[in-house]
Amino acid sequence: MKNSFLMRNPSTLIFLAALAVFTIVVTALSEAFGLGLISTSFVKTLGKTLCLGLVAIAMDLVWGYAGILSLGHFAFFGLGGYMIGMWLMYERTRDIVISSMSDAPIPPTAEEITDAIGHQIFGVVGSSEFPLIWAFADSLVLQLVLVVLVPGALAFVFGWLAFRSRVAGVYLSILTQAMTLALSLYLFQNDSGLRGNNGLSGLQNLPGLEAAPQSVVSIWFLWASALALGLGYLLAAWIVSGKFGSVIRGIRDDEARVRFLGYSVESYKLALFTVTACIAGIAGALYYPQAGIINPAEIAPIASIYLAVWVAIGGRGRLYGAVIGAGFVSLVSSWFTGGQAPDISLGFYTIKWVDWWLIVLGLSFVFVTLFAPKGIAGLFDLAAHRRWPNRHGADLGPDAGALREREANE
Amino acid sequence: MQDILQEHSALITKSSRMTIAPAIAAITDSELTQAQDVLQAWQSKDIWRRTSDGLFFRAEETAAGSYLLFDFDTGETVGEAQKTDLKQLKPNSGVRALIGSALVQFQLQDGDPVRRLAALTSIQRDPSSELLEPLRASIDSEPDADLKAQKQRAERLLTIAYDTDESARVGAISDMSGDLGVDLRATLNPLLETKVQVFTGEAPNALNIARRLAPGEDISTKAAYDLLVTANLAPARIDQAEVRATLGVHISEGRVGGVAVEDLNQPEARARAYAALVAQGLAEPDPTSAEIEAHLGAHQFVEIYKEPSQPVTTAASEALDKILLKVGMNQALDLILDGLSLASIYFLAAIGLAITFGVMGVINMAHGEFIMMGAYTGYVVQQIIPNHTVSILVAIPLAFAVTFAAGVAMERLVIRWLYNRPLETLLATFGISIALQQLAKNIFGTQARPLTSPAWLDGAWVMNDVVSISYIRIAIFILALSFLAIFLFIMRRTRLGLETRAVTQNPRMAASMGINPNRVNMLTFGLGSGIAGVAGVAIGLFAKVTSELGNDYIVQSFMTVVVGGVGNIWGTLAGAAMIGFLQKGIEWFNPSNTLAAQTFMIIFIIIFIQFRPRGIIALKGRAAGD
Repeated sequence: MKNSFLMRNPSTLIFLAALAVFTIVVTALSEAFGLGLISTSFVKTLGKTLCLGLVAIAMDLVWGYAGILSLGHFAFFGLGGYMIGMWLMYERTRDIVISSMSDAPIPPTAEEITDAIGHQIFGVVGSSEFPLIWAFADSLVLQLVLVVLVPGALAFVFGWLAFRSRVAGVYLSILTQAMTLALSLYLFQNDSGLRGNNGLSGLQNLPGLEAAPQSVVSIWFLWASALALGLGYLLAAWIVSGKFGSVIRGIRDDEARVRFLGYSVESYKLALFTVTACIAGIAGALYYPQAGIINPAEIAPIASIYLAVWVAIGGRGRLYGAVIGAGFVSLVSSWFTGGQAPDISLGFYTIKWVDWWLIVLGLSFVFVTLFAPKGIAGLFDLAAHRRWPNRHGADLGPDAGALREREANE
Repeated sequence: MQDILQEHSALITKSSRMTIAPAIAAITDSELTQAQDVLQAWQSKDIWRRTSDGLFFRAEETAAGSYLLFDFDTGETVGEAQKTDLKQLKPNSGVRALIGSALVQFQLQDGDPVRRLAALTSIQRDPSSELLEPLRASIDSEPDADLKAQKQRAERLLTIAYDTDESARVGAISDMSGDLGVDLRATLNPLLETKVQVFTGEAPNALNIARRLAPGEDISTKAAYDLLVTANLAPARIDQAEVRATLGVHISEGRVGGVAVEDLNQPEARARAYAALVAQGLAEPDPTSAEIEAHLGAHQFVEIYKEPSQPVTTAASEALDKILLKVGMNQALDLILDGLSLASIYFLAAIGLAITFGVMGVINMAHGEFIMMGAYTGYVVQQIIPNHTVSILVAIPLAFAVTFAAGVAMERLVIRWLYNRPLETLLATFGISIALQQLAKNIFGTQARPLTSPAWLDGAWVMNDVVSISYIRIAIFILALSFLAIFLFIMRRTRLGLETRAVTQNPRMAASMGINPNRVNMLTFGLGSGIAGVAGVAIGLFAKVTSELGNDYIVQSFMTVVVGGVGNIWGTLAGAAMIGFLQKGIEWFNPSNTLAAQTFMIIFIIIFIQFRPRGIIALKGRAAGD
């Protein structure tokens, strides 16, 4: 028992307990199952935040542990959303079409129903034909498989190409950013088959469950998101705690040495890159039904960079740091940009947070990078009185660019 | 003149398009100098007839209801008359058009070249057959060489389109073939317009046949059959919607044609029910595919030129082929020029990065924002200095100074703590980038600000109707080249360049040789940022200046540097050329979809990196750094 996984990683247990308490408290305060102190829209916001926490864990694995600054994980997140969105939109449109056609004297044939659905969905982009990528849209199971498979396959192909040719560091970041840009530009086209910049909409309505009010559905999604986050956290903690985790940390710190020790660095990186893309896809598939709409703007490179911002502010190289960062920054962001924060009057100028929040965020990001590389999670170290030997900021290794002490103590 | 008018007074007063021709002909054929005045007055409804003696005059209203009358022959006033004693000639629009074309021959020979040019322009804009003769008649007497050439060209085009003599038309076509003018293509294309006609049996040979169409090959069977249906040569097909409607009409007691209504969601059940209705004579039968085949086989589908003369269409299509080949070659040239100008824009945007990223290895995500700052500096300068030429000349050094200062500040405050840690630099500079973008939004608003180029940069250098390039793009090309020269000069010929190269290769060794690496890094970063600012002024001249201006260029700029090969200015040049030409090339395949072009270009670059991970021009040996 002493050597069990959870005992060796007490933070995992604490995190899971905190997550469970959070879920129970929100449920108890919700409109559907409790006192009604939390509005349905806020429950949705919290549920979405949990999904962002999950994708932040994926980002932390790939960046904080393996040192690959991927600027493409939000694209995988969006792809997962698109995959589930296709099923939601197809089934819901089908319900609408069938109910509108049931009044006709002659019952519709299957082909007529499909045509009518196609007309409904693709009318906005001036088409009525189903593109090939919608072939499985009528099957929930297949689309759920695609939620994992499509981001995973894209990550696998891209990662294979990139790691094989030893693209690393900043070059890889730029290349992933280019991939994200290409994907979002592609989806912006009307003939991409995913409704161009209209995106997919009406995703908050679950087909077949019209009877359930949104307040109940939002709690269901909160539970599902919490469950996914908990499982994702466990998986991530398991990955980084074993031998695999040691190797990827080794890759982060000095790729060449790990290679010379006989490890196939490319395979490790590729496996991690693909797994995290799948996790991101699942997070997206839970996020967008709560958001209700997905369009290509969500995939734009800036979103992936924000993901890196969350992880950095939360504290990279530890899983709970990533979740805290995603939750904290996205909630604070929506508080400031939603116009709820009070304006500050300086007499000669009034600071409107809607206008100034991004500047604060940007500068705080610089600040965190320069002075607090451990992010918010570093505060836990202070609380736990964990101190590290003070080497006055000197490099740990002999090479230029080797880790400095304050960031190397994971 | 009055006599002529009197002679035709009946026609003139009761003018209609069908009958007026002899009257107009009489006036124009009179060869009197007044003819033009008469026609102009007539066209503008200024001719009045005196009721007492039936004489025609040009009249001008002097006071309400009172008119001053002018005689046509003498031009003198002949007195004043009340409106009640006069009757106005009101030619309708058809007649006015006829008068107008009769007037053209006078206008074409008018003493005033401006009027002649106006008449010629109206012919070019709105050609018609009756203008051909007057135009021909006016060519020989044309004194102005330029106008004469234009008239001859218009005459050739009118000959092609309207001459009654077939050989003259063919001759004109062969004269003009090889000409790139849009007007020639606009004249030739209508000659080759076709329509598809259906004939039972052989098509008559008298028609000018373009080609025979075989259903299923040259024309889809569906389209061919639809033609037959429109020509009432075959029964219409019944589509599913009609079947549905017909079935709906004949429901009785829950059954149609012996089939229960609830079973009608199966296609076979529907077919059975409909067949039963047909058997009862309640519905039209849908022709079977064999019947459709038979109908199609019994008819000939022929594409016929609307132009009846075969030699003309043959000559026109040959000439057009030749022209299109030439147009294609010119378009290729145009494409190359487009690619060149896009490449110089990318080069301009990337050259600052080539210094900060390529030489120093600092990844600066705020580079795009430096471009934006340069553009906004240009905008602010234009608000203060209204003269565009002067303001641009002031803006360029000022933009350099502003972004140089910003770059130095950024290097001192942020980047120098993060040397050798590129990922952190990327994130920190990204934070600066979003802060700067939002700051620009707060100061200048979200709407685009204009940065107007000086008047002498307006317009384009036009080679022919296909190839043209705007002066701004030429200026940017020259600017890009001069930046290249400045870069090379600084890096190879100045103390700063030498020190920069030393510091980037080995900072400790450089420091031990008495070079201050901090100072050198600061200045080099400032230089790269300053160049980005100047590029911003240039880019602002043709793009709208918004806070997101830099965003549009940042990924492409990094791509340019990475594809070209880091640390080598020639690589950046090659990268910019490759990306620019590639993007224009892909756009050429699908001009309406620039998004797709960008997508494919990025995918191409990702694949390209596979084969040359270090770029087109890779550094070798010690300079490569590892």
